[in-house]
Amino acid sequence: MSALLEIANVTKTFPGVVANENISITVAAGEIVALLGENGAGKSTLVKSVFGMVRPDSGEIRIKGEIITPGDTSGAIARGVGMVHQHFQLVPVMTVTENIILGSEPKRGIFINMKAARAEVLALSEKYGLEVDPDAFVEDLPVGTQQRIEILKALRKDVDLLILDEPTAVLTPQETDELLQVMRNLAASGVGVLFITHKLREVMAVADRVVVLRNGRVAGSTSPKETDEEGLAQLMVGRNVVLQVEKGDAKPAAATLVIRELHVNDDRKHLAVNGLNLEVRAGEIVGVAGVEGNGQRELVEAICGMRPRISGEILVAGEATPDMHPHKIHSMGVSHIPEDREKHGLVTTYSIEDNLVLNQFDRAPFAKGWIRNMAALEENATRLVKEFDIRTPSISTTAGALSGGNKQKVVVARELSQDTRVVVAAQPTRGVDVGSIEFIHNQLIAARDAGAAVLLVSAELDEILSLADRVAVMFGGKIVAILEAKEAERVLVGRLMAGLSA
Amino acid sequence: MFLQGAQPMDAYGSLFSHGFGSWEGFAKTLGKATPLMLSGLAVTIGLRSGLFNIGVQGQLVSGALAAGWAGYAIQGLPIYIHLPIALLFGIFFGALVGWIAGALKAYRGIHEVITTIMINSIVLALVDYLAGHNFQEPGQTLARTSAVLPSATIPKIFGLPSGFFFAVLLAWAVWWVFQRTTSGFRLDTVGRNKNAAWYAGISVKRSVLIAMGVGGAIAGLGGAIETLGVIGRFEPTFNTGLGFDGITIALLGRANPLGVIPGAILIGGIRGASSSMQFDAGVAPEIVDLILALILFCVTAPFLSKWLRSTQVGAKVTSGWSN
Repeated sequence: MSALLEIANVTKTFPGVVANENISITVAAGEIVALLGENGAGKSTLVKSVFGMVRPDSGEIRIKGEIITPGDTSGAIARGVGMVHQHFQLVPVMTVTENIILGSEPKRGIFINMKAARAEVLALSEKYGLEVDPDAFVEDLPVGTQQRIEILKALRKDVDLLILDEPTAVLTPQETDELLQVMRNLAASGVGVLFITHKLREVMAVADRVVVLRNGRVAGSTSPKETDEEGLAQLMVGRNVVLQVEKGDAKPAAATLVIRELHVNDDRKHLAVNGLNLEVRAGEIVGVAGVEGNGQRELVEAICGMRPRISGEILVAGEATPDMHPHKIHSMGVSHIPEDREKHGLVTTYSIEDNLVLNQFDRAPFAKGWIRNMAALEENATRLVKEFDIRTPSISTTAGALSGGNKQKVVVARELSQDTRVVVAAQPTRGVDVGSIEFIHNQLIAARDAGAAVLLVSAELDEILSLADRVAVMFGGKIVAILEAKEAERVLVGRLMAGLSA
Repeated sequence: MFLQGAQPMDAYGSLFSHGFGSWEGFAKTLGKATPLMLSGLAVTIGLRSGLFNIGVQGQLVSGALAAGWAGYAIQGLPIYIHLPIALLFGIFFGALVGWIAGALKAYRGIHEVITTIMINSIVLALVDYLAGHNFQEPGQTLARTSAVLPSATIPKIFGLPSGFFFAVLLAWAVWWVFQRTTSGFRLDTVGRNKNAAWYAGISVKRSVLIAMGVGGAIAGLGGAIETLGVIGRFEPTFNTGLGFDGITIALLGRANPLGVIPGAILIGGIRGASSSMQFDAGVAPEIVDLILALILFCVTAPFLSKWLRSTQVGAKVTSGWSN
């Protein structure tokens, strides 16, 4: 088999960091190659070079034997390279058909031939077994379907090589399985697939070969037949990683967080949390499993006072929390690791020192009345950087200069270092490397063992299953089932998440 | 300047000898710099809180008129009561005008650039009208108020306008508030990341009201000092452009409250010397505006390009956890 894609000795440096160093990879037609690595390992930079979005400093990229011009995407597209980006590039207010034909519309005179376009989309969807409604508006569709549209968009141009940049980051387990099947079908029809991920399970399930990147270099190349998840994890981080979280039994006490008949709207004023009841006891971790968009975000924001409730009450240690008052709720002992650390959790232009007191800056010992106590701030930061293993040159470094995992450690350090009765952790390890995941998981367990009631919301079913003492399955704005950890099996939870009965 | 037919060196010589060379010239520069510094400070507070307050002109002029009115209309008070009252009038009306734009933003979500432009137009027209009608000096045809009474005039120290020292002190105080106090941290956080501010329990609405109100108050004080300490009465034509130079100064100072001090002295010197440059070297006042625009461009361009680069590449530069 001749190589479809050859990446030969590609090096790319950005100011201050080597993103890719002397990387060589080949992908053959009909082959699925997984590009595995932690955040910042250089995966995205490499595929952007292939697609012509990034100009490498040295090295060559050949597609079907032809060298592509660096820094020009049209060359890659013309040679049959399709790319599905990590962040969807769809126009939400347009229909599925309009999105797919965007850029090269079938025309009749100066008008778009919508009939032909629609027929083309249907044919395309049938050919690859990717079901979509051509007339639906993109904004109304779940992310899994949106991704299918992205893939169809890429496949429309007779693609020989399909690049997928973290395609499963936003998918449910079922949607992920469907996508993996689509990838297998494509490979069977002769398309080469290069996909980026940091999820080991998917690699094991679908890849023919795995190339592991670490710090911009190829750390190893292997195949699922020759290794297992432990082996891959080791290649990724260069040391042994405990994949299975080690924790003792929970010793739950009284219910600390009590939610009764909660109703909350989403941004579009639709009911997202619809009469939810839940109790989290001190000393236990309750994991909320659910397909994204079933009200988890609204639930978390309502608990923390960042989103108005319509009705219902939320009690912390028996005391009702006020609506829309994050400051008061926080001072009642509710810590919040927000879903989006860059948006809510951090001020990236502030120093680590300031970020570590972001929501406690006006409390003792960090302030005496109106005046901030800089010595206490410095002492706090120095201690937490050490305790939470935040890798930074100094405490006055801005948070934006840190890597994803270390940014998250700043948030976790801030939220878990205070006296806390309730910990609300939303996607605490999203986009975080394996080493930091392990650390953050251990911190959450330590908070539990110290007597906090921990509510863990995560799109990663594996994370929930390995951390939670009880699993609450959320569907359609309600908790549809609560399972003890030992009865929460992957398949069962997956069925419940999809709204099916057990 | 050369193209215009003037001798550039003569013009610069004139600029320095008049702006900074003599005691009177220096005093004049500092006098000019005072309202500029305060309007620069007002813009700076906005910038730090994530607001582009271009309504400083309106805030300053309403403060100037209010202080001018209080300066001649309230009579029979000793200076240590009358002067503070007149200053407070300026502060209050400046704050009010700023606060209106802040309230529209906080409660109605209208962008402050739009509201401040509108309010500028309204306030400037209203103030012109009042100075030409209701508050006009009796027997005057010009739109101007009566002269401020001695009991409301800001005294000079060694021939230097004392308002200047007060303005420097205020710039330092604002710097300190941002650096060391919880209120400053609140505004700063809102300015840098509104979502994180809300997460941290900081009320964005309140911060907008405070930043616009305090900014307006400082601008109003600038207008009051100009009226009570330099011009001696309110006359609309004397205040033109002060608020807009404030934007230049705030950008020159890179939104640092201490940065407005040198910025205001520089711009004040150039503005103060513009008439003598015209007289000595034949430089048209428009050329002075041009020079100011060039300064602004040169100072902000590297700042802007750096900012652009950091936002584009920043995401890619972050590296893995191992370093």
